[in-house]
Amino acid sequence: MNLADFWFILIAVLWTGYLVLEGFDFGVGMLMPIVGKTSKGKRVLINTIGPVWDGNEVWLLTAGGATFAAFPEWYATLFSGFYLPLLLILLALIVRAVAIEYRAKINDENWRNRWTLAIVVSSWIPSILWGVAFANIVRGVPIDETFTYTGGFFNLLNPFALLGGLVTLAIFLSHGAIFLSLKTSGAVLDRAKPFARKASIVAVVVGAVWALWLQLAYSENAWTWGALVLAAVGLMGAAWFSRTDRFGLAFTFNALAIVGAVTLIFGSLYPDVMPSTTDAAFSLTVDNARSSHTTLVVMTWVAAIMTPVVLAYQAWSYWVFKRRLSEDHMPEHNELTFHKN
Amino acid sequence: MEALELARWQFGITTVYHFILVPLTIGLSILVAIMQTMWVRTGKEKWLRLTKFYGKLLLINFALGVATGIVQEFQFGMNWSEYSRYVGDIFGAPLAMEALVAFFLESTFLGVWIFGWDRLSKKVHLTSIWLFAIGANISAYFIIAANSWMQHPVGTEFNPETGRAEMTDIWAVLTNSTTLAAFPHVIATAFLVAGTFIAGIAAYWMVKKARANKGDGELPMYRTALRFGAVTMIVAGVAVIVTGDIQAKMMFEQQPMKMAAAEGIMETEEGAGFSLLAFGNLAGDDPGSVQHVLSIPGFTSYLAEGNFDATVTGLNELQRQYAGTSDAANPVVPALAGYEVESDTRPNLAVTYWSFRLMIGLAAFSAVTALAALWLTRKGASTDKKWFSRLAVWSIPAPYIAASFGWIFTEMGRQPFVVAPNPTGSDMVYMLTKHGVSVAASTWEVAISMVAFTLIYALLGVFWYRLIVRYAQEGAPTAEASTPRDNDGDGPLSFAY
Ligand code: HDD
Ligand code: HEM
Ligand code: HEM
Repeated sequence: MNLADFWFILIAVLWTGYLVLEGFDFGVGMLMPIVGKTSKGKRVLINTIGPVWDGNEVWLLTAGGATFAAFPEWYATLFSGFYLPLLLILLALIVRAVAIEYRAKINDENWRNRWTLAIVVSSWIPSILWGVAFANIVRGVPIDETFTYTGGFFNLLNPFALLGGLVTLAIFLSHGAIFLSLKTSGAVLDRAKPFARKASIVAVVVGAVWALWLQLAYSENAWTWGALVLAAVGLMGAAWFSRTDRFGLAFTFNALAIVGAVTLIFGSLYPDVMPSTTDAAFSLTVDNARSSHTTLVVMTWVAAIMTPVVLAYQAWSYWVFKRRLSEDHMPEHNELTFHKN
Repeated sequence: MEALELARWQFGITTVYHFILVPLTIGLSILVAIMQTMWVRTGKEKWLRLTKFYGKLLLINFALGVATGIVQEFQFGMNWSEYSRYVGDIFGAPLAMEALVAFFLESTFLGVWIFGWDRLSKKVHLTSIWLFAIGANISAYFIIAANSWMQHPVGTEFNPETGRAEMTDIWAVLTNSTTLAAFPHVIATAFLVAGTFIAGIAAYWMVKKARANKGDGELPMYRTALRFGAVTMIVAGVAVIVTGDIQAKMMFEQQPMKMAAAEGIMETEEGAGFSLLAFGNLAGDDPGSVQHVLSIPGFTSYLAEGNFDATVTGLNELQRQYAGTSDAANPVVPALAGYEVESDTRPNLAVTYWSFRLMIGLAAFSAVTALAALWLTRKGASTDKKWFSRLAVWSIPAPYIAASFGWIFTEMGRQPFVVAPNPTGSDMVYMLTKHGVSVAASTWEVAISMVAFTLIYALLGVFWYRLIVRYAQEGAPTAEASTPRDNDGDGPLSFAY
């Protein structure tokens, strides 16, 4: 295995980290009206992700930065090609960051309601669009001999990609509900559990159809059947353990499903990183998109040293905030209002 | 407008906006960490109250800083894909390191700090804000290293086979002389911004308390904060000038064109003066028309070489020298072949000249406030002078604007290059801005994104401003005892969103 292959795998790992972690906080954001419901219930939801959501999002920034450093051609083609979906994702992430932090700064029901709406919408959008983006990558898009994407916007809205969007949506919803079933108690927990049970079943169904479609139509490799099985076991496990009230295991199986799904996607691509539907000769591959040996060696050292450190302190931060939250734990609002009284 | 111009406007707008938030985070994170350290060390309540007060303002600022930063990370790929292809091998590395080394640290420990007041011991909680602050400062280092590489590419070589700039030496990139000069300058700027911010708000409160004649203990607290801010301003101000001067000397060698433009020097001169006011066609079509009305004799030569008689090469001669480079240029890069080649390599003179002067001039304003503050509060005194609190509050924007012009100056002074040629570096490693723009993104796509970012930033900026003002007007919160509680206990949280 050469270094470029190693970086291909590492980027898959970074995306996995991102989808597992921000997956649940997108889920929590989407569930504000459904599981949060009451004014205090919504606060409980925000507080379950409050300390960790920004750290989760950095997985995305790292995946982006690592792609830039290790596969510049891939970074360039992907982000300039998928321009409008990425723009929507970025706009959503901007609004979401501000909404989560500003919602609790002013004690006014209207103020909170508007930011809640912003959180909900800005959690739905990326949850769908990440699936659309990944599905298009595996499916292949028109790319010419200068590695320029030539497909335009509507080319990205094909049935396979749209179904991919539903898959990430379903998985994040069930992931978020399962996370809430682990992190809350009281009335919120009572709403989270049944939702987790239903959503995890939906995730199995959409996930299975999409994964089979992917494997049969687009996979370059037979071994990815293994990844498909892993993803399927993960999703079914999540559904089963949600049913039997063992949410720790359900969460773990959902995470496994995401590992399986990312492996399926990246495994199906390999050795391409972005297949061209114009001509297979124009596909971006691990080999023609990579950066120089020197750069890869440097980055490997940095990743080898930093990744364990990051994992250790992030895990610690989750441990610090391990306590379950309920509506009774929410203190009185002590924020300011906009008008001095 | 073409995609190129739109993409440039978008980059300028989003980055200047990002950098309105960035310096306050960088400076204030350390200063709040110092306040909290004072509290842990001395046990004095005023330090706890100040920590919470300025800490809250820091959080309001940080949220928007993060939001606008996310765009930066992807903007290179979206709008500048050809640039990314050409330099990714070397430019991507510091960006990836920034995320891995700095952003994780920053974001994780900020979360721990915000929600950790009653869940962690005092020491661990204090450590978390320090780790956050260190993360913010490290992030600046990596991003400045990336930016300095564009100003002065080192540790790199052109690879004709792949048609791109490739890394030969990461150490050279991370210890680029330009980075070593720019980083302290930018950090000093950040402390000037944060010091002015602290002092301005504290002055407002001190004067208010003095007028209300309240001897309730709050006046000394704000006086302390004011002096804390003012001392920071003085130290940072001196550092800004010293590091700026080092950078300037370096820049005369590395990017002589930028400096000649900054000084409006058309023809090579001995003992060149530092122009304070110039008229004429700085846009550069008719260089003969530039008239320097007011200038300090020999001072530009001094800035360049430390010698009042030194020769400073003028724009016209530099233009002739650069013309050679530019014509032989980038067609070697396959993706870029077929583009017309730039013949005029001068930056926009008016922008470069004036932004340089505004950067330096606006800082003088902060200096006056800082000196006034220290004088009025000498030997335990305080003041109830309205003019002083107005001056202090009005000083807050000055270093912000100075910093924006600093960036506009460096970045616009580098044009028309996105990667400036290094006079002593590899011949082929440079790039014209117009060759860096994305091919795949259509003009209307770039137009949509530019408009969308601008509007959403404007809207969020309104909330940011109102929240900062509102929280500043509320004053320091009363201190609640923050004793660590049992993590698994079942009482209500003492703090929640
Ligand atoms: C890592 C690289 C990098 C960094 C740290 C910065 N810039 Fe920059 N800047 C660029 C890389 C760049 C660029 C990609 O090279 C641009 C885009 C188009 C161009 O010509 O240069 C640019 C352009 C650009 C422009 C518009 C110039 C023009 O289009 O004529 C402005 C006003 C700034 N920048 C300002 C900033 C500010 C305020 C920064 C601080 C946060 C900053 N830059 C950091
Ligand atoms: C154009 C290049 C830049 C890129 C790609 C970039 C990228 C980013 C990103 C992705 C974030 C969000 C991190 C998070 O979620 O915590 C961020 C925030 C930040 N950036 Fe930038 N940035 C740029 C310019 C700069 C510069 C020049 C500096 C400093 C001198 C800087 C300092 C910071 C700091 C301190 C933060 C923390 C958030 C805040 O601003 O409040 N950035 N940046
Ligand atoms: C409060 C903000 C700032 C102040 C007061 C300030 C002040 C100064 C001063 C006094 C110099 C020395 C001029 C000389 O000796 O010729 C200088 C140089 C310089 N400054 Fe700033 N600066 C500020 C912010 C910035 C920022 C944010 C940047 C962005 C990178 C910047 C970029 C530069 C550069 C590149 C030079 C180098 C010299 C040059 O090219 O003249 N400045 N600055």
